[in-house]
Amino acid sequence: MNHQIIMAGFGGQGVMLIGTLLTYAGMREGKHVSWLPSYGPEMRGGTANCAVCISDTPIASPVVTEPTAVVAMNLPSYDKFSKILVAGGSLIVNSSLVRVENIREDIKAYRIPANDEAVNLGSERVANMVCLGGLLGVEDIVSIETAIEALPGVIQERYHHLLDLNAKALRRGYEMVRNMK
Amino acid sequence: MSEPILMKGNEAIAEAAIRAGCRFFFGYPITPQNEIPEYMSKRLPEAGGVFVQAESEVASINMVYGAAGAGARVMTSSSSPGISLMMEGISYIAGAELPCVIVNISRGGPGLGGIQPSQSDYFQATKGGGHGDYKLIVYGPSSVQEACDLMIKAFDVADKYRNPVMILGDGMIGQMMEPVVFRDQPGEAAPDKKPWATTGNEGRKSNLITSIYLDPEVLDAHNWKLYQKYKRIEENEVMYESYRADDAEWLLVAYGTVARICISVMEKMREEGFRVGLIRPITLWPFPKTAFDEVADRAKGFLCVEMSTGQMVEDVRLAVEGRAPVYFYGRTGGAVPLPRNIEKRMHQVIAGRTPVVTECLDKNQGGGGR
Amino acid sequence: MKPVYLRPKSLTGVVTHYCPGCTHGIAHRLVAEIIDELRIQGKAIGVASVGCSVFAYNYFDVDFQQAAHGRAPAVATGIKRVHPDRIVFTYQGDGDMASIGAAEIVHAAARRENITVIFINNAIYGMTGGQMAPTTLEGQVTTTSPMGRDHKSQGYPLRMPELLAAVDGAYYIARCSLHNAAHIGRAKRAIKQAFQNQMEGKGFSMVELLSTCPTNWRMSPVKAMEWVEKHMIPVYPLGEFKSGEGE
Repeated sequence: MNHQIIMAGFGGQGVMLIGTLLTYAGMREGKHVSWLPSYGPEMRGGTANCAVCISDTPIASPVVTEPTAVVAMNLPSYDKFSKILVAGGSLIVNSSLVRVENIREDIKAYRIPANDEAVNLGSERVANMVCLGGLLGVEDIVSIETAIEALPGVIQERYHHLLDLNAKALRRGYEMVRNMK
Repeated sequence: MSEPILMKGNEAIAEAAIRAGCRFFFGYPITPQNEIPEYMSKRLPEAGGVFVQAESEVASINMVYGAAGAGARVMTSSSSPGISLMMEGISYIAGAELPCVIVNISRGGPGLGGIQPSQSDYFQATKGGGHGDYKLIVYGPSSVQEACDLMIKAFDVADKYRNPVMILGDGMIGQMMEPVVFRDQPGEAAPDKKPWATTGNEGRKSNLITSIYLDPEVLDAHNWKLYQKYKRIEENEVMYESYRADDAEWLLVAYGTVARICISVMEKMREEGFRVGLIRPITLWPFPKTAFDEVADRAKGFLCVEMSTGQMVEDVRLAVEGRAPVYFYGRTGGAVPLPRNIEKRMHQVIAGRTPVVTECLDKNQGGGGR
Repeated sequence: MKPVYLRPKSLTGVVTHYCPGCTHGIAHRLVAEIIDELRIQGKAIGVASVGCSVFAYNYFDVDFQQAAHGRAPAVATGIKRVHPDRIVFTYQGDGDMASIGAAEIVHAAARRENITVIFINNAIYGMTGGQMAPTTLEGQVTTTSPMGRDHKSQGYPLRMPELLAAVDGAYYIARCSLHNAAHIGRAKRAIKQAFQNQMEGKGFSMVELLSTCPTNWRMSPVKAMEWVEKHMIPVYPLGEFKSGEGE
């Protein structure tokens, strides 16, 4: 399987970090991986996104134009990327911030109130992990365990006291999606 | 062999340089290559080296000139507009025959252009760029791992020929993260002694680093000496990869990140029964003409794909020498050629219905014809 | 017999290309004498600039690099960072340093690069044939200011020592003149100071030398010396503008 995933949101929501985490986890599972960020002025408070490829075969292009999965943490990201998602692909929408009707019917869409869940867990900042957990609950990209084991490798050491919280957030998103299925 | 590490291209390039024995970096900030100087500013002092943020790219390249002339393994990095500013210094470095490595994580031009990936600096890199008869050795890596491997090779080749070497990447190579393995024995060690370097004339005759030769006879001889060196480089340093070219009727030609996209197109069309192959130049100068000699007589056509309005395609035509038609497809300014559009163009080429340039431009899908 | 006047060891003895009456010869000799006196010939590395002194490397018997126009301070930075224990100096003219290389010299000073800079100010472009320099005096006739330099359209003379003395990183900044024996003596002391500072790790030192260009000034060598005293010194006052951390 060749997963081509776009993760998008406001700068500061941590979409680059969950992209990195997923890529790192993929590498730990021995898969071919690449991570390509959007960069430049859009990194300064605007909408940021990254493209992650995780594949059993070498990755031809790190550019994702027809994603097999999209994580949209805000409305502009939803508007931009839900359109290009392949038919049958998975969409994780952060319903705390994105309130939309009429989502495409030819895709698997999951609304997760990620910010609200993150606040319940103790910090709004782990909303990104709730979303990634959701993605791992619906798409067989890497195991949730690998993602949790990969956390110390991508989170800066000064935030390592928050590893448990991040792990909990991953699991919460994962379970929510599992229960929706 | 060590374990793979997940690294951003820019950071991996910087780390590879340090492992290759580079201890001096002079540079100036510009997107999308800032992770290289940032990494160097942290790591080089730890490695016993020196990082200087210069006042401009003009100063950076001249600091490189000074350090290279003083015998050091030295590099700079920049992106397209900054590389343009360095052209004067690069010409002096080539003229004075100094070894150094220049990384261009290129972006769209002309002028200030944009900051997204581009391959529109191919002419500048491979045809001289600055004034005078000179050549840079130019590598076009297509993955983070290859960028690291070529970075290490670049220092060896620079020292071997006393010539500046350029790594021509693009914003994608610089910004993407991929797993990298750093070899335990990176390249050849920097030469202990560079007897020509300016180190103080204690116990020997004075050394001179210069590129000025006012006597026409002397400058003529100097230029032909450089020419002979470039010939040796052409004979010995060509690198390319051919993919499924043995039985190919139709060949894609692409370098760097675009080659990866073309591989996916090639594989898809192979599955559909089309005999498509790919030639990927790794050295952009010296250009791998031999790769085309191997296939040009039986090929039905070539399609060169670039993130430019058509630069390398000129070298492809020179290498093919009229033995088969050469077509082009390109996007610019950060727009990346999409697999489906490359495939569409290849089908048009195969069907003998290659559109004229304006027809494609109307659809905002990139241009190019025969 | 005791010789009273010998060629410094650090000069090669090659006949120079400089015009009769040009003070480059004096400046070269002073620098070479200092290199001899400080016993640093074996560790000195010079950087030649673009201008009449482009061939300085033919005359100094030390290692040399020839730099692009204005870039000598950047080239010297590269050399000095590789060999901090060598003595690196640039030898630059007014077009080279005060015009095209203004950025490089200011930032070398700002970084307190531990180098020595010899700056030849003869108020004109010599090598290219007598064009206006940034240091050309108001009213001075050159081939590109044929009516005399008019500040309204051509700006004012640039005083590099005064400018560089305002840079925190600059350690030693002086201006001397080569128009007579007494001043040549003072110039030598300033140059020596500028080299000693580097040997002691003190940092960026620059000495400007008011010089002549009889050929492009269209004057006899003697008249040219008088012109320096009468016209240049009032615009370019002599002295130390900075010495040490303070001021």
